[in-house]
Amino acid sequence: MDKKLEPIIKAVQNKFSAAFEEFRGEVHLFIEPDQIVDALTLLRDEHSFELLSALTAVDYHPQTSPRFHVIYQMTSISKNLSVQLRVPLSGDNPKVPTVTRVFSMALWRERELLDMFGIEAEGHPDPRRILMPEGTDGYPLRRDFPLGYEEPQFTFNFDEIDLGKPYAKE
Amino acid sequence: MGIEQKLGNMGVVTTSLEGMVNWSRTNAMWPMLFGLACCAIEMMSAQSAHYDMSRFGMELMRASPRQSDLMIVAGRVSKKMGPVLRRLYDQMPEPKWVIAMGDCASCGGVFNNYAIYQGVDEVVPVDVFVAGCPPRPEALIHGVLTVHEKVKGQKFADLAKT
Repeated sequence: MDKKLEPIIKAVQNKFSAAFEEFRGEVHLFIEPDQIVDALTLLRDEHSFELLSALTAVDYHPQTSPRFHVIYQMTSISKNLSVQLRVPLSGDNPKVPTVTRVFSMALWRERELLDMFGIEAEGHPDPRRILMPEGTDGYPLRRDFPLGYEEPQFTFNFDEIDLGKPYAKE
Repeated sequence: MGIEQKLGNMGVVTTSLEGMVNWSRTNAMWPMLFGLACCAIEMMSAQSAHYDMSRFGMELMRASPRQSDLMIVAGRVSKKMGPVLRRLYDQMPEPKWVIAMGDCASCGGVFNNYAIYQGVDEVVPVDVFVAGCPPRPEALIHGVLTVHEKVKGQKFADLAKT
């Protein structure tokens, strides 16, 4: 871990009682969902982390609590540092508060979070799907989403699959 | 060799109306400019001087579906693009034909997943499938000529039925 990062980690830990983990030089801080907005504001205003460079999630499916980790990757351009905040969420009805008021880049990222993982950002001004068309069933990046969409058609199962194919009409 | 050598003294040629109409349809078939992925590069190449699709009366790629007879679906069609593709097809005037160019447009290709249509025949009726990833310009031209063969064999009686 970078020497310059240590006081910043201490400050965040003291304020939010966040668990801390280091893996190959990457620093992870585990934050409760209701504290994430304050934590991001603290890092941005007092420790010059100007950039929220990624907002995404991980699905640890069969594991149920926590099933998801929502990841906020913070970068400080002026200090050349990066830190990752993780918000563990349980599997049923996962929700995080929106951080669009802190970083406006989260507007599209939180829509992607909703689209791909079904994690709702509470208070988001425009909560629509961003990549998939409206009316899509399920959330494609969840581990329990079926991997393939259609069985490949070979000679031995050609007719069987052909019957189920939704051919277009004139 | 021009038509005047076939006219004879009477200045008259006899043919069937069917043959005449089908001949004119094949030799001025304008494809729609509709590239979706890497296949579009091969499609452009087929248009260029080296392969020269204008030999078959197809030098014009129309950017508007209302002026085109042939839709070349060049690339994978995502679930979000499907309704757009169908709408463009519906805007083309009759008679119209569709070529599914490449593996992705024909059967999904390597993209067997939630986001891509497994063959554009789920969206529009396809006349000719061209295999290849991407198909070479020669293969595309062969596909186009196959459409021409199909058009030349069309009977008015069959058109009336549909």
